[in-house]
Amino acid sequence: MQEKKNKSWLSFLLEVIVLVALFTLVQYALTVGLINQSYQINLVTMCINIILAVSLNLINGFTGQLSLGHAGFMAVGAYVSVILTNFMEMPFIIGILGGCIAAGIAGFIIGVPTLRLKGDYLAIATLAFGEIIRVVLQNIDYVNGPAGIVGITKLTSWPWLYWTAIITILVIVNLMNSSYGRAIISIREDEVASELMGINTTKYKVLAFIIGAMFAGLAGVMYAHYFYIIKPDTFSFLRSFDMVVMVVLGGLGSTTGAVIAAIFITFLTFGLQKYAAMRMVIYSLILIIVMIYRPQGLMGSKELSRKTFSRIWSGKK
Amino acid sequence: MIIKRNKMLALLLAMMLMMSIVAGCGGQAEEEQPAADTATIPVGINVELSGAVASYGSNARDGAVLAIEEINAAGGVLGQQLEALERDCKSTADEALSVSAALAGENIVAQIGPLTSGNVAGSTPIMMENKIPLIAPAATAANVTVDEKTGETREYIFRVCFIDPFQGTLMAQFAADNLQAKTAAIYADTSSDYGKGLAEYFKETFTEKGGTIVAEEGFVSGDRDFNATLTKIRGTNPDFIYVPGYYQEVAPLIKQARELGITAPMGGGDGWDSPDMVSVAGGDALNSTYFTNHYSSQDTDPKVVAFVEAFKSKYNKEPDAFAALGYDCVQLLVQAIKDANSAEPVKITEALASITDFEGVTGKMTIDEQHNPVKAGVIIEFKDGVQTVNTRIQP
Repeated sequence: MQEKKNKSWLSFLLEVIVLVALFTLVQYALTVGLINQSYQINLVTMCINIILAVSLNLINGFTGQLSLGHAGFMAVGAYVSVILTNFMEMPFIIGILGGCIAAGIAGFIIGVPTLRLKGDYLAIATLAFGEIIRVVLQNIDYVNGPAGIVGITKLTSWPWLYWTAIITILVIVNLMNSSYGRAIISIREDEVASELMGINTTKYKVLAFIIGAMFAGLAGVMYAHYFYIIKPDTFSFLRSFDMVVMVVLGGLGSTTGAVIAAIFITFLTFGLQKYAAMRMVIYSLILIIVMIYRPQGLMGSKELSRKTFSRIWSGKK
Repeated sequence: MIIKRNKMLALLLAMMLMMSIVAGCGGQAEEEQPAADTATIPVGINVELSGAVASYGSNARDGAVLAIEEINAAGGVLGQQLEALERDCKSTADEALSVSAALAGENIVAQIGPLTSGNVAGSTPIMMENKIPLIAPAATAANVTVDEKTGETREYIFRVCFIDPFQGTLMAQFAADNLQAKTAAIYADTSSDYGKGLAEYFKETFTEKGGTIVAEEGFVSGDRDFNATLTKIRGTNPDFIYVPGYYQEVAPLIKQARELGITAPMGGGDGWDSPDMVSVAGGDALNSTYFTNHYSSQDTDPKVVAFVEAFKSKYNKEPDAFAALGYDCVQLLVQAIKDANSAEPVKITEALASITDFEGVTGKMTIDEQHNPVKAGVIIEFKDGVQTVNTRIQP
């Protein structure tokens, strides 16, 4: 018993060391200028995509509720944080918290009525809500309507991005390993059966939706404070679809898959940049081919964890 | 066995994808070579080739590429050939930024594009940071070249098109003076800064000229059915209807207006300029509709005629305003390189800021201190589906 406890402490320490080492490595490369400007931007996009994919995976993959309105929550986070940091001149951390909370509230408001719906109907309702957020923003003069806010102070930096992405992953992985997570998965597997077992399905669905929305808001905060301009069109449903593509490509219900797919999509888009007009054609073809040969996504519902590594290490299958 | 085969396939595919990424990156490294030994002058073309406004972007690209080919055929600039680096910004601001950064890494001397104001704004910080001039073909919002907070001109951002206010003013002048309109209705695209800006300045000038605005309505991008609002507008019986918006919505809007029996002349901005207007709305519905534009391919000016001929023989299609503006961007850049007698981005920027009486396809232009060109505009009229020049209006 004691030995087992020691071992888990040891592997926890190992994880922390790996995470810090990775962070320091990139931070060092950034300070000495090993990473050029265009890779820096892709690094930012990658972290934002990871946060988005992992949080949407909680709703679409684990809870099994097809949501197409993730960009709407991203917009709420982005706009609220920019109002806090740029209009009211508050520190970045307040902007982050404000953005997350506002997105969470939006998630609650949208989640309560829509999560009574199932399947296609839920997808349509969330898509519509995402669009409503966009159209509302277009008509608020305080945030310059359709022209959007230009000249946002750049506050997003590598430490913020890295640690927020890590926190997103940790929160969602730990949530899924808890009793809440098991309840959430039971809803995906069979909603009626889990209700019969005494699980308050609405509560867990709304909970997953709010947490997912909060992290989408976080991604929005990071996006707004890096890309200089936000306008309602930035958060159109096309962006929501990009996120769904990442989640499905990675494998519904696999956090590892979501992370891998987010990295993959970011660098695929970047790698194809020089093909100009042919880019989207090649991009779509690659996605189609992957989905034909891996209909369950890159990872299926499997995860990479300590156990996987130690199994590979000891040569056991 | 089947599972095993699938796994093999997946592995193979994954490897192939990785290869394609590596190949993509590798290609970029190779391209840096010619830039480094300065055998060519690399010019970045960062435009929308996919996404919502791909039609604008690809036409501007065609114009710019034609200009580069003509210049290279005539011996290049300062004895060097221009090299076009075409990239797609997917009609989003973040991608425009990413593409600009990649282009800056390839040592471009200047960037042409993107087309829309929002995407130019996305690209702006990178251009300012790297001190590389950006010439926007069609970004018409005022805050593209001027920082609204400080009122300062953005040093490295230029454009060859006139700004939004000018188009609204121009159409109001035309409606009041040439069409003798006393009353007007505005039905604007309220989901874009473009539509709102044009509507605002149209209203201002039209009322200044003694006219009355009898109705102000709005539609949003993506709308398809305009019957309800059009019926309302029909009730006010205006002499003129101003519809600033983009062709995707305007074409069905005009068709529905004519079907409702609205015969009043209608007008708009350069967002109307697309072959889709005629194919969707039809030639009959478009009779007595006018829009302001930077240029017309029907113009009899020898410079325009030569451009139109060259464009047609290369691409086998009529050049629109975006093609002409893309062409002018390159010509303006070449003029600046000649004036500066150098292909250094900073020196080009200085030369761009002091260009006077440059003879472009879209008219004679002088760059003012806010980096806007001072130039005339044309009023285009649809006659049975054919764009004809009605008049040229001087500001």
